[in-house]
Amino acid sequence: MASKPKRNQRSLGDRLFHWLTVFLLVFFAVVMVAPFVWLVSSSLKTQLNIFQYPPEFLPDPWMPQNYINAMTYKPFGLYFRNTLLVAGLNVIAVVFTSSFCAYGFARMRFPGRDLWFGIVMATLFLPYAILLVPSFIVFSRLGWVDTFLPLVVPQFFGGGAFNIFLMRQFFRTIPEEICDAARIDGCSEFGVYWRIMLPLSKPALITIGIFTFLFAWNDLIGPMTYLRSPDNFTIAVGLASFRSQTDIHWDLQLAASAAVTLPVIAIFFLSQRYFIQGVVMTGLKG
Amino acid sequence: MSLVDGSLWLTQQYNRLSLKRRRTLMGYVFITPFILGFVFWFLVPAVVAAYLTLQRWNLISPPRFVGMYNFNRMLNDPLLLQSLKVTVLFSAISVPLGLVFAFFLASLINNKFRGIAVFRTIYFLPSIVPAVANAILWAWLFNTEFGLINFVIRALGGPKIGWLQDPNWVMVAFVILTVWGVGGSMIIFLAGLQGIPKIYYEAAEIDGAGRWQRLLNVTLPMMSPIIFFNLVIGFINSFQIFVSALLITNGGPQNSTLFLVLYIYRTAFGSQKMGYAAVLSWLLFAILMILSFFVFRYIGSRVYYENPDE
Repeated sequence: MASKPKRNQRSLGDRLFHWLTVFLLVFFAVVMVAPFVWLVSSSLKTQLNIFQYPPEFLPDPWMPQNYINAMTYKPFGLYFRNTLLVAGLNVIAVVFTSSFCAYGFARMRFPGRDLWFGIVMATLFLPYAILLVPSFIVFSRLGWVDTFLPLVVPQFFGGGAFNIFLMRQFFRTIPEEICDAARIDGCSEFGVYWRIMLPLSKPALITIGIFTFLFAWNDLIGPMTYLRSPDNFTIAVGLASFRSQTDIHWDLQLAASAAVTLPVIAIFFLSQRYFIQGVVMTGLKG
Repeated sequence: MSLVDGSLWLTQQYNRLSLKRRRTLMGYVFITPFILGFVFWFLVPAVVAAYLTLQRWNLISPPRFVGMYNFNRMLNDPLLLQSLKVTVLFSAISVPLGLVFAFFLASLINNKFRGIAVFRTIYFLPSIVPAVANAILWAWLFNTEFGLINFVIRALGGPKIGWLQDPNWVMVAFVILTVWGVGGSMIIFLAGLQGIPKIYYEAAEIDGAGRWQRLLNVTLPMMSPIIFFNLVIGFINSFQIFVSALLITNGGPQNSTLFLVLYIYRTAFGSQKMGYAAVLSWLLFAILMILSFFVFRYIGSRVYYENPDE
């Protein structure tokens, strides 16, 4: 932040501040990581060792089979497949329909556009919890309860305000001249959207794709409300019902939790750049 | 008329339109998915919910008109009062605290050390743990006898705290686990901090401003739109706390974590009172509307925008 003189010219205050910063960085890193370490350590303990005070940090004996037991205690393979199906359809829906709508908002000029974009932004701030009960009634009238339809179909209608907003912001950074050139060459508006804008927006599309996937992977309240038969459960519902049924089996609960968290962390590390960009774009460039 | 004739006819009609009309039409074609979605998944449910507020319905037998019954019930419902109390309390503590902590962490990682990227990653990780796994993890961390948190406290000579059994401590526990996951707002703050032009700090330093003054007179005013954004998002999220309350304490002990959304969920899907649940949904909507109004009116007006047109 401050203009930096050479190291040997630093005042005592600056040096103290520097070391205080380093100390706090490390301290909070430990605070942030400790729960993860505790999770993994506990998930590898025997049922006996887990209820031991003071706790041991290195499990002895260590029990990697906890993970296998947890994953077979309930049909997690099936839950995994259900989750992939829902999440995959969500990603397809969001990537195409939100960019489609965003194109209209970013590049077309027509009366009523700003009004509708205002409505998009209003729904962005409208919490899902408000619609929980009313939407359930609509979907139960449609006979969609205990199917994946309530979790998938609405996404095909614009894919959510957040994604429309993000795509619109991204489209606006693409020079209009490119599109005009295509139009002069006889390209229709659909062509401009499909052949010019989409290929140029890959980073933003990947970002919303990742966010959508993770949301579907993590979401409990939607699947819990609509899915009734255990064969339809997603990972989140499976894990939640696992918890209510295996009260004191902390070893298995924690192993299952770690197993469910792992893919998310893997996705994060593989796509850190898009991830951070997505978070930042929600907050800035308003 | 065959399909080909039909599309031919449509094309002719389209070509007859003036350029301006054509543009308008195309614009609406593009935003049609959103408009339809808004009607189907927002307006229709809202109208249905409004209709249901006057009905009594358990999802099985047909709805029965009961007039203002559900609204009267709302006025004399001790559980609703309790859920409002704990939700407001939770928001009032966790939002400002989370905001300050996120800002503080963002300032820490806004340094140029070697390996700072590792710290950024570590600080961000907690916010991406799936909600259900997160709830299980924290239920175990807060375990009175064998949890890590009580272990650390006791090792430092403190008492054994009944985090999830004591109605007062349980609120502290929920604030702690919420504040642990502030990585999202932290990253937003970090991006904001990095966007402040260096020249402002240099100018302030030439004028003899110390660290504290630079924070107060440069950083905070420049960051005010972002602070405001995180504040609004923080309030909306805190009012919706649900998964951890459901899985860690299931509303207990003594309803001290019966947050509003959990109460709505139970009313609708536990005791099957759809009419009353619709009233409560509208109540939540009204509360958030009023809250946003005051936040925008009194705090939003103090926000400093460098380029108000952008």
